[in-house]
Amino acid sequence: MKKMINLTINNIPVCVPEGTTILQAAKQANIEIPSLCYLKDVNCIGSCRVCVVEVVGRRGLVASCVYPVEEGMKVLTNTPAVRKSRKTTIELILSTHHKKCLSCVRGNNCELQKLSYDYGIDEDRFKGEEPIYEIDKSTPCVVRDNNKCINCLRCVATCNNIQTIGAIGQIRRGFDVHIGSPFETGLGTTDCVGCGQCIVACPVGALYEKSNIDEVWDAISDPNKKVIFFTAPSIAATLGECFSMPVGTNVEGKMVTAIKMLGDVEVFNMNLTADLTIVEEANELIQRVSTAKPLPMFTSCCPGWIQFVEHNYPELIPNLSSCKSPQQMFGAVLKSYYCQKNNIDPKDLYVVSVIPCTAKKFETARDEMYNQGIADVDVAITTRELSRMIKGAGITFTSLPDTEFDSPFALASGAAAIFGATGGVMEAALRTAANLLDGTNEKVEFMDVRGTSGIKEATYRINGTDVDVCVASGLGNARKVIEMIKSGQKKYLFVEIMACPGGCVNGGGQPVQSDSVRNYTELKATRAGVLYNADSEGELRKSHENPIIKTLYDEYFEAPGKAKAHALLHTTYQSRK
Amino acid sequence: MGMTIEKLNEIQAKNRELVMVRKLIAEKSEEMAAHSKYRKQILVCGGTGCTSSGCQKVAAAFEAEIKEKKINDVLIVKTGCFGLCALGPIVIVYPEGAFYSQATPEGAKRIIDEHILGGKICKDLLYPETVHEDGEILPLSETKFYKKQMRIALKNCGVINPENIEEYIALDGYRALYKVVTSMSQDDVIDLMLASGLRGRGGAGFPTGKKWAFAKASKDEIKYVCCNADEGDPGAFMDRSILEGDPHALLEAMAIAGYTIGAKQGFIYVRAEYPIAVERLKIAIAQARKYGFLGRNIFGTGFEFDVEIRLGAGAFVCGEETALMTSIEGKRGEPRPRPPFPAVKGLFGKPTVLNNVETYANIAQIILNGAEWYSSIGTATSKGTKVFALGGKITNVGLVEVPMGTTLREIIEEIGGGIPGGKKFKAAQTGGPSGGCIPACHIDIPIDYEGLSQIGSMMGSGGLIIMDEDTCMVDIAKFYLEFTCDESCGKCSPCRIGTRRLLQLLDKITSGHGEMEDLEKIEDLSSHMGVSCLCALGQTASNPVVSTLRYFREEYVEHILEKKCAAKKCKDLVRYNVDPIKCRGCTLCARNCPAGAINGAIKQAHVIDHEKCIKCGLCLNNCKFGAIIKD
Amino acid sequence: MATETKSTFRGTPKQERELKKVIEKYKKIPGGLMPVLQEAQAIYGYLPVEVQKIIADGMGIHLSEVYGVATFYSQFSLTPKGEHIISVCLGTACYVKGADKILEAIEEELGIKSGECTADGMFSIEACRCLGACGLAPVMTVDGEVYGKCTPESAVEIIRSYMDKED
Repeated sequence: MKKMINLTINNIPVCVPEGTTILQAAKQANIEIPSLCYLKDVNCIGSCRVCVVEVVGRRGLVASCVYPVEEGMKVLTNTPAVRKSRKTTIELILSTHHKKCLSCVRGNNCELQKLSYDYGIDEDRFKGEEPIYEIDKSTPCVVRDNNKCINCLRCVATCNNIQTIGAIGQIRRGFDVHIGSPFETGLGTTDCVGCGQCIVACPVGALYEKSNIDEVWDAISDPNKKVIFFTAPSIAATLGECFSMPVGTNVEGKMVTAIKMLGDVEVFNMNLTADLTIVEEANELIQRVSTAKPLPMFTSCCPGWIQFVEHNYPELIPNLSSCKSPQQMFGAVLKSYYCQKNNIDPKDLYVVSVIPCTAKKFETARDEMYNQGIADVDVAITTRELSRMIKGAGITFTSLPDTEFDSPFALASGAAAIFGATGGVMEAALRTAANLLDGTNEKVEFMDVRGTSGIKEATYRINGTDVDVCVASGLGNARKVIEMIKSGQKKYLFVEIMACPGGCVNGGGQPVQSDSVRNYTELKATRAGVLYNADSEGELRKSHENPIIKTLYDEYFEAPGKAKAHALLHTTYQSRK
Repeated sequence: MGMTIEKLNEIQAKNRELVMVRKLIAEKSEEMAAHSKYRKQILVCGGTGCTSSGCQKVAAAFEAEIKEKKINDVLIVKTGCFGLCALGPIVIVYPEGAFYSQATPEGAKRIIDEHILGGKICKDLLYPETVHEDGEILPLSETKFYKKQMRIALKNCGVINPENIEEYIALDGYRALYKVVTSMSQDDVIDLMLASGLRGRGGAGFPTGKKWAFAKASKDEIKYVCCNADEGDPGAFMDRSILEGDPHALLEAMAIAGYTIGAKQGFIYVRAEYPIAVERLKIAIAQARKYGFLGRNIFGTGFEFDVEIRLGAGAFVCGEETALMTSIEGKRGEPRPRPPFPAVKGLFGKPTVLNNVETYANIAQIILNGAEWYSSIGTATSKGTKVFALGGKITNVGLVEVPMGTTLREIIEEIGGGIPGGKKFKAAQTGGPSGGCIPACHIDIPIDYEGLSQIGSMMGSGGLIIMDEDTCMVDIAKFYLEFTCDESCGKCSPCRIGTRRLLQLLDKITSGHGEMEDLEKIEDLSSHMGVSCLCALGQTASNPVVSTLRYFREEYVEHILEKKCAAKKCKDLVRYNVDPIKCRGCTLCARNCPAGAINGAIKQAHVIDHEKCIKCGLCLNNCKFGAIIKD
Repeated sequence: MATETKSTFRGTPKQERELKKVIEKYKKIPGGLMPVLQEAQAIYGYLPVEVQKIIADGMGIHLSEVYGVATFYSQFSLTPKGEHIISVCLGTACYVKGADKILEAIEEELGIKSGECTADGMFSIEACRCLGACGLAPVMTVDGEVYGKCTPESAVEIIRSYMDKED
């Protein structure tokens, strides 16, 4: 039990545990102190100086995000000196910021814009030399526009501390300081895995995904193309946020309606191939155990994680499940089975995947994801891009009626839905593996692998054997798990890894929530709640029981891991070290 | 080797006479030298200033001479800085204490022949101040430059050979460490420091005893003692001189600090631009380890302490304590927010004490002579002495140590020998880029921490730059802003952007585009940075601007409204004209003008085309008739 | 301050062996990156991408961090320096005595700006912070040799004497 500290904030008594910062404590007094560089669990360096407050008896102003509370402290957050300082700081920041707000992807969702408005700033008071930087478009996933960067370092902290990638860092010093890749050769030349966590950490429009919206519109308006959309499990849990709906709203029905309103397109449920992945993966795991192939087996549905292994631990490639990700499986199913069945030339089929992820843009373009020169998936767009298409089409999203996914790929299990949260793939796999190995085992909920903590371990007794599993989200945590495995400190049979902390609900392609949401609420858990609710409310909860999966095997793929399944649903990896 | 008090006494006894000869006034010194193995000692300054003026060659000439002439009762000693850098290379011959300035290899020959061998001091080579009108030679301590000085931190500089630990021991070296580790508790040391009133010499003047007490109170197995030798203020070289002239004083004090707070490891963060200092420190550390003043079981007490050198790499901000620590940690030298304070969580996250070189140089003296002695020197709030690097438009450029409370006038007019060329004193700058300019009206204030900050400057580390009437105060403010702007780490936004915007406003004014409302903006931005920046660099960056604006506002206004720079320093506001009466029409200026801006026929007065003139000043320099007017 | 490198890297195997020895020495020492960069610059004269990559790999830290540190400190150079390195002190004492004029004169003489290197690789100029030789202000150094009480004319003379030495 931590010692409790009593202080007043604007004369309101507040009692908080020792070690709490003034910024956190102020929330108790119903005051949200504005900030730019502070981001809970990510960045706490006191550098932007927007969160300054007065502490009675202390000279100057202090940064509330890093200043711990003290017994009897008197804090004032709204004095003339504080307001003036914040205003001047914002004016200074704006004087170097490329104020292209009208066309900025973060227009109306920009923390700097909001502060400028709240503080009634004078845009031109400190007008002067503005540094000019080339926009870095060198990766297929992330675009960096330093002309808008405010040097809050939230992206750097994310990339270096949370993800341990270190693709970017600070360069030079003083007024010339900026963020970029070493030797400024572009993100594409680094070990960047395209996870996009930097994007969702950015308070302004300095980071965004490389947009593929125009290509999608072109395909939709091309009379020779049949366009198919499918949506990843977590999209329905977050898309509503782009339309100002509360975090944690399930908008699956509205989402399908909206996509169908974009043009003559079919909308399928990617959860279906999540089920397919589970069946293939569970089968692969059983095979690995029985044929003494490398263990533990790592999941392979996260493309950021795959690139992480390829860049940093190529020696672990044999431990990666050879299963394609649900996105790529879906593409493969559509361009083979579906085309064959409906007499469509795969060249005329345009497959759009809607995903919570920026790394998937890289995945669609991988050599391994082409079959006879035809890509499994033509384009992957993020939740944010989909919302922009919907807005661009003038669709009033919030008032839409619900529509079901198109057949034949509509139905999916609850196991597939929870793919979007960390531990979800593991739980889905355990449901199927337990049942396949021991027909009497009907266990559905594996609570130990749920929750938003970065590393979770569990041991389950399946068919008379103890099965040790591990779930990690965030690449820094992945690195920790790998190091523990490599040093022999830990032994697991099966390990699930998601590049983004909390899994796909918190993906780099998800709606960007401002710091005031991220700092004060449990964003990841609230979003994941949507998926777990969908799972518990549905009847079908195990992947292998999905009747469409059965049909797929019966009509086309024969059996998990068999020749056709192996050729189309599995893949290989390459060292990028 | 294991050092004991007996061994320490023995070494001191063995070397005492040799070194004391240099400390005593002439007659006594001569008496003492009579018993010495060496009849004469020739001290050659080996500080950076004198090295730059060629002391190596002078020392080599002395050595060659005594070798050639087979003189074996004369010792040549290379010391640290004597302080009078402008007149280097400096040579002193003991026991007479003859002070030779601007020595040359040729002079060295004469000194050997005439003085050492002939017994006749070369009067014409002496520092003129030491030769009285009647031809009598004054002891150095009687000269204007030294008379008002009081040497505590610089006690051994210019006296001992800094590369010989035994000379340091001869003057009570490492005796304070012995006293501390064998007879004082940690709290005893802290109490003594508190009672002495010693305050940090690095800038802000925080009481050293308090700092040590905080670090001692932090509970941790591992603690660190750091020394800030990253003297970055342009125009300040006090710390360098101590490092070069008396490195053991620093090591001894760090060990004492280590004992007091419970640390076993020390780090000295020193500028890489100080190669001589680094070399002497390395030698000193190796010797201290060999003699058992560093390492395990010091004086047989079980106390353990060692020191490592880390080099800076050219970043002024690393003089800020938290930035210095991040730099030692091998990272970009960016400051960290406080709290947590270094005494709680400093280097590598461990409790750390950081003091600057000059502060450490006082420690052993306080231990040996007591708090009462120390606190009797100085003013009510500022005790002891302060070393200043006196520079700029002053006759005696060099290093001076004066008791706190000495007035600026005493330093400038007496010690400094006044302003050369009969020019008028305009302002003195203290505290470097964090300090301010003191105008002539405050020349009589006693210098101490509070006094300086009251008039808008600060003690800083001790740079003292004198400016005469030819200095433009707006330009000086701009010079300092350029410096801080360049040296801002860029971490916090008010400093990163604020320094640049402030500089741009000053640029606007000095280039003739200033408007009166710019002054308001400057004041606004300055006060903003003062309260909002993360570290002291940013918080104080505007001080040079604020203080010049406070005392020399009319100069700013003149730049803005009249587009005129009275000191003729701001290029864009200067105009060159030809005086038609003086001009003989020799065409020299027109032929040499790189911009082709001067027109005129032979033997007729020339005219400068202001549109074309690039204000290079070449015509002014070339004109043999003084016909070019700069205004 | 370090800027982009464009010239071709001509490191020798001997230099690389030396560098690896340095890395081995500092690898386990906390905060070892700074001394490694300093010694690497002493070995190669500058810190091109090739050298920084060896350091990053050897020390087990990200290249972005190495680059960030290398570009933070003004002493580190990403471009090769001239055979003769001219430093003009711009400390206050020197500035008050006209150091800016000396820098200008040298820049004009060599046709390059401070921070640059002549096309023939002979000279590079840098404006440096206080050398502590304020007694001799204004001061410049060539290859570490200090020249005090300079004037724009004498500074140019000094530079020319180095040119003559080459002939």
